[in-house]
Amino acid sequence: MTKRISLTILMWLLSLGNYTTADSAIANAADVNVPKAKILSVDEIVNKTNHVAYYQGFDGRSNVKMTITDSQGRQRIRELTILRWDSPDPNRPKKEQRKDSDFCGEQKIYAFFNRPADVYKTVFMVWKHLDKDDDRWMYLPALDLVKRISATDKRTSFVGTHFFYEDVSGRNINDDVHELVKTTKDYYVLKNTPKDPKLVEFAYFEMWIHRESFIVVKTDYYDNQNKKYRSYEALEMKRIQGYPTVTKAKMTDLRTNGNTIAEYSNIKYDIGIPNSIFTERYLRKPARRYLK
Amino acid sequence: MFFTKLRHTRPIGISMISLLFATAVYAQEEPALPAGLSSSPPQEEQPALPSGFETTPFSSEAAGAETESKKAWMDITGFWEVRSGYRLQNDKYEKDASIGETRLQLEMEKIWKDFTFRATTDLYYDWLDWNHSVDLERGEGFLDLREASVAFSPTDFVDLKLGRQILTWGTGDLIFINDLFPKDWQSFFIGRDTEYLKAPSDAIKASFFTDLANVDVVYTPRFDSDRFITGDRVSYWNGRRTAGADAIVRTDKQDDWFGDDEWALRISKNVGGYELAAYGYLGYWKSPGGFNTSTSKYTFPKLNVYGASARGQVGKGIGNVEMGYYDSRDDKSGDEPYVDNSQMRYLIGYEQDLPEIAPDFTVGLQYYVEQTLNYSDYRRALPAGNKAVDQYRHLLTFRITKLYWNQNLTCSLFTYFSPSDKDVYMRPNINYKVNDNLAMEVGANVFWGDYPHTFFGQFEDNTNIYTAIRYSF
Repeated sequence: MTKRISLTILMWLLSLGNYTTADSAIANAADVNVPKAKILSVDEIVNKTNHVAYYQGFDGRSNVKMTITDSQGRQRIRELTILRWDSPDPNRPKKEQRKDSDFCGEQKIYAFFNRPADVYKTVFMVWKHLDKDDDRWMYLPALDLVKRISATDKRTSFVGTHFFYEDVSGRNINDDVHELVKTTKDYYVLKNTPKDPKLVEFAYFEMWIHRESFIVVKTDYYDNQNKKYRSYEALEMKRIQGYPTVTKAKMTDLRTNGNTIAEYSNIKYDIGIPNSIFTERYLRKPARRYLK
Repeated sequence: MFFTKLRHTRPIGISMISLLFATAVYAQEEPALPAGLSSSPPQEEQPALPSGFETTPFSSEAAGAETESKKAWMDITGFWEVRSGYRLQNDKYEKDASIGETRLQLEMEKIWKDFTFRATTDLYYDWLDWNHSVDLERGEGFLDLREASVAFSPTDFVDLKLGRQILTWGTGDLIFINDLFPKDWQSFFIGRDTEYLKAPSDAIKASFFTDLANVDVVYTPRFDSDRFITGDRVSYWNGRRTAGADAIVRTDKQDDWFGDDEWALRISKNVGGYELAAYGYLGYWKSPGGFNTSTSKYTFPKLNVYGASARGQVGKGIGNVEMGYYDSRDDKSGDEPYVDNSQMRYLIGYEQDLPEIAPDFTVGLQYYVEQTLNYSDYRRALPAGNKAVDQYRHLLTFRITKLYWNQNLTCSLFTYFSPSDKDVYMRPNINYKVNDNLAMEVGANVFWGDYPHTFFGQFEDNTNIYTAIRYSF
């Protein structure tokens, strides 16, 4: 009996030893195999993250359901369909231009509202620029009115949700100074400090970026008192046509305790949405072919 | 080494504690990986196959199919509302109540092959109106047919829309120069929703989209006038005195199909975010612009309009300019006493949000000038006793909008102010969205003027306050 136990212990110790050896062997092998280029610079992390968040594929579409919950638990729903077009990389040959690339240029966004009922068929269109303010339009179907919208206030609520316009369309990466705070097993942690603090309500924000997919899993916004007041979390992720995609996310206002959960469905990339969809013509006449 | 370790037991103990503490904080801070993302230990970085994803790429598409199967045979949306308003002063010629109605709007849409059929009907009961017989042209009775149209694209670059439809173009904010589609001023002044300022047209709209420019042509086979002020609901200046229900405007409106028609044209192009347009219109003054002394009826003399506009980002806001030449065809030389003179109309506007002052805060400013051409001929020909309009009518508008409570409460004020006419028209409005379906609204139409004959001053006794409740579905 004693013999047997000691044998078991011995085997267990042995296996443990084996395990340790194997583990370190793999770790060593990994160290050896990891090319130097794998150690990314901060700029590379920022660019990749920006690309994964806003530029995957050369275009895309998605249904979005946003559930707004206020501090008293009252809920409101916004449902819209979003189409996106990316300007092709001018430095690539023509044949290559309709393929996904690292290029993060100008974009066009078309958002068609399905709910609530009073904004049904309202269309919101953005031409996103990198070097100047975006162009924004709103189409109000009851008046057949194409309205031009002033776009300076990017850090204001997007259609009453806790997401800001800038969260939906992307914040210009050149507006912040980026710093790699730490690298954990799963995350790069980036601290982003605005170059012009007068333009924004945060002192800095911290992003937890999944190292493998470059998906932003969490973003915390801090005020001047170094207090966290706003938080974004990715709740669910799927790989769609090979692209890692956040399919459920939550934005919480920690001051009011309200939050908005955005759920994305019917996601498709690389559809071939023509540039011409993002014009006044399709504000007045919904681009049904791509909205379905 | 062992010795060293021993000697440093305490510091190690402390650092162990701080490490544990740090780990605890760290563990609390570091977000757990969301569904679909899994931790990837270093050894798993090697394989080329997508690792770190638990779900299959097709699961989201299944969710989409579900939404599609829910689609009804026909798409029906709309609202039901009750709206009531009162004059804030006595009006000798009108009732105290300015509006009192309940309205059910049904918007139906059916897509069949490449055709989109759409009908928007407003069924309403107006307890101030004694006349409930339906007049589709004027939107009176119990039915206002706002839209009944079919739209299709015969080729890639052409859109056609036939039938009753709401049409809008131009750059002004509640000021219209080149938009000569019918307006419903009565609805606007008595406190209906702003959407009712636009009255429907019975027309064919053809749009051509080319690289050079886009061209829209609207043909209205039978003249569609504005739903203008008749004295029925709103008192007005009749040229000699303030009048109202005692002196309903009688008109002699041309109504020959294809004979009394209207053409409206727009050529437009978006150049790097700047929208440029040129316009043309062949038709008639949309509100009575003439008077027939032998029949004592108001008329709609011939009018052509040629104009242009531009709109785009200026500084931090949106700027727009628009102008139009109103060519009064029945009064070429301007000396016809009972036909409006030709005019030049100019507009410049600017709108900007001001996050520096407050979030969700927008202001807009417009300056508009209406110049009466052949002014000396107009003055000479003016019948004795009639008040003359100024050669230049200056008009400023201010818009202030502020949203509160997650954009569920909208407070806005739109003001027209004419320094030359010395009159003001203010449109304050507060709209609260109780939930996704229910909205409540309070607003007013405030007219004020030094003289009883000016554009807004004549409506002074119509100053009213209204409230509404609307359920959208």
